[in-house]
Amino acid sequence: MTVLEASPAIGTEVQLSSEPVIETRNLDLVFQTADAPVHALSDIDLTIGKGEFVSLIGPSGCGKTTLLRVIADLEQPTGGTISVNGMTPHEARENRAYGYVFQHSALFPWRTIAKNIALPLEVMGIDKAERDRRVEENLALVDLKGFGRKFPWQLSGGMQQRASIARALAVQPDMLLMDEPFGALDEIVRDHLNEQLLKLWARTKKTVVFVTHSIPEAVFLSTRIVVMSPRPGRIHEIIDCDLGEDRPLDIRETPEFLAIAQRVRDGLRAGHAYDE
Amino acid sequence: MRLGAFVTLLRVRALPVIAVLLGILVLWYLGAVWLNAAFAYDAAARSGTELSFSEMIAQTMSQKRPVLPAPHQVAAEMWKTIVEIAPTSKRSLLYHSGITLSSTLLGFVLGTALGIALAIGIVHSRVLDRSLMPWIITSQTIPILAIAPMIIVIFASQGITGLLPKAFISMYLSFFPVAVGMVKGLRSPDAMHLDLMRTYSSSKLQTLLKLRLPAAMPFLFASMKVGVAISLVGAIIGELPTGAVAGLGARLLAGSYYGQTVQIWSALMTAAILAAVLVILIDIASRAVTARMGARP
Repeated sequence: MTVLEASPAIGTEVQLSSEPVIETRNLDLVFQTADAPVHALSDIDLTIGKGEFVSLIGPSGCGKTTLLRVIADLEQPTGGTISVNGMTPHEARENRAYGYVFQHSALFPWRTIAKNIALPLEVMGIDKAERDRRVEENLALVDLKGFGRKFPWQLSGGMQQRASIARALAVQPDMLLMDEPFGALDEIVRDHLNEQLLKLWARTKKTVVFVTHSIPEAVFLSTRIVVMSPRPGRIHEIIDCDLGEDRPLDIRETPEFLAIAQRVRDGLRAGHAYDE
Repeated sequence: MRLGAFVTLLRVRALPVIAVLLGILVLWYLGAVWLNAAFAYDAAARSGTELSFSEMIAQTMSQKRPVLPAPHQVAAEMWKTIVEIAPTSKRSLLYHSGITLSSTLLGFVLGTALGIALAIGIVHSRVLDRSLMPWIITSQTIPILAIAPMIIVIFASQGITGLLPKAFISMYLSFFPVAVGMVKGLRSPDAMHLDLMRTYSSSKLQTLLKLRLPAAMPFLFASMKVGVAISLVGAIIGELPTGAVAGLGARLLAGSYYGQTVQIWSALMTAAILAAVLVILIDIASRAVTARMGARP
């Protein structure tokens, strides 16, 4: 149980190399349901710095998606404080501080890919010329040049998810919030998209908060990994993942990678142990 | 290639329709023989002659006022009153159809607009949802035959006659399927799409225009098909109490005054064809819209 005792210290004392963009203190969220209140988040202390790639990992019911939704102002916390870019999540949302990528692409089936990417820009009231420019730019960024006039059903699942990432990027947010974006895709497509996402992150230097339940995915992508445990959903351990910026796919066979993966796995197991 | 596609279309779409049509015609002829035979035998008995089977059959097909006119009698009457008589004449079915059609379409447009407006209100306001929905359903439990003359009388007392009262009855009937269908349609976007719009801080109006309304389109067209058919029913019912002036309803009423069953049936058939054409037109519009909205072929 030494890991368990040591873990909160790792979380709070980590030295951020950049200014914080997300800060939560004693964050609590209790859902009132018909039979019993559900403690979805309990005492979450987390600071995420600018340009970091932070993964939230844990078994289902650990509150990782809920935490992401609180950051996005899609859920309201019932206790504690949270700031996003120094503002409340509500203000941050109104300021379009983030782009949100859902588990499924959530493209509108009646809009072409280009029109889907333009959707947030239309909502923001950006003029047509600028919309077209940003659509082209972001289509290129996710390797979908020439697919703008296709409808979503004409694209594969992986391409649809890339389009949805382009849509999130079109807003030009400082931050990407991604909720198991590749969870519904097969492993080969997933590897490919992981590589692309990493390149994209290296190029744009955006802050990414990434929810996943895949250990290799978390280790491959992240600069830090937040291991969460369920009932009540809380942070069990925060693990640094300093594999450097250049991460080819076969880094996953290196001892450094496997050591971190092992630590994540141990953390998940320890956090889950009392459950059985 | 194109010809092959056409033949396939004909076989897949037209053949079942033709088969059913033939079945109906056979049943109709059998019915005409069965229902009109009594009169034929009576007439023969009164004149003291014996009817052979084939004579009886011929008799049932050509009576002046049959209980059930044979299809070819109705077809001949329709040919005469639609094609041969000038459409400006009061004896032309085209003239009467035009009058019924105009109030049908006006009522349908008003009813569809009212239905959409109510649905938008209900979807956006819990108070409207709770207060309006029961009344909308109640409105349709009142027999339209009972309330139609009241509507005509009330409008007439205000000096309004003709098109508008009939259109009002059509609207009263056709807003209902549109309102119910659109409430369901406007609520059909899934939570993820609604969350997505929320992350854009989209206004309620933007969410309505960019998400709810496009998502509701299939529901709209399905309910418009029902709506346009009952609009026609509403217009015909609206014409019954007007003292048989004009319109298919008036034609039905006049036919029943004088026992002109052939005239009644040809008006009925014309109304049915009119309804079918209206529904087909909406179906074509629906296909055009869904094709534009990127539906899979």
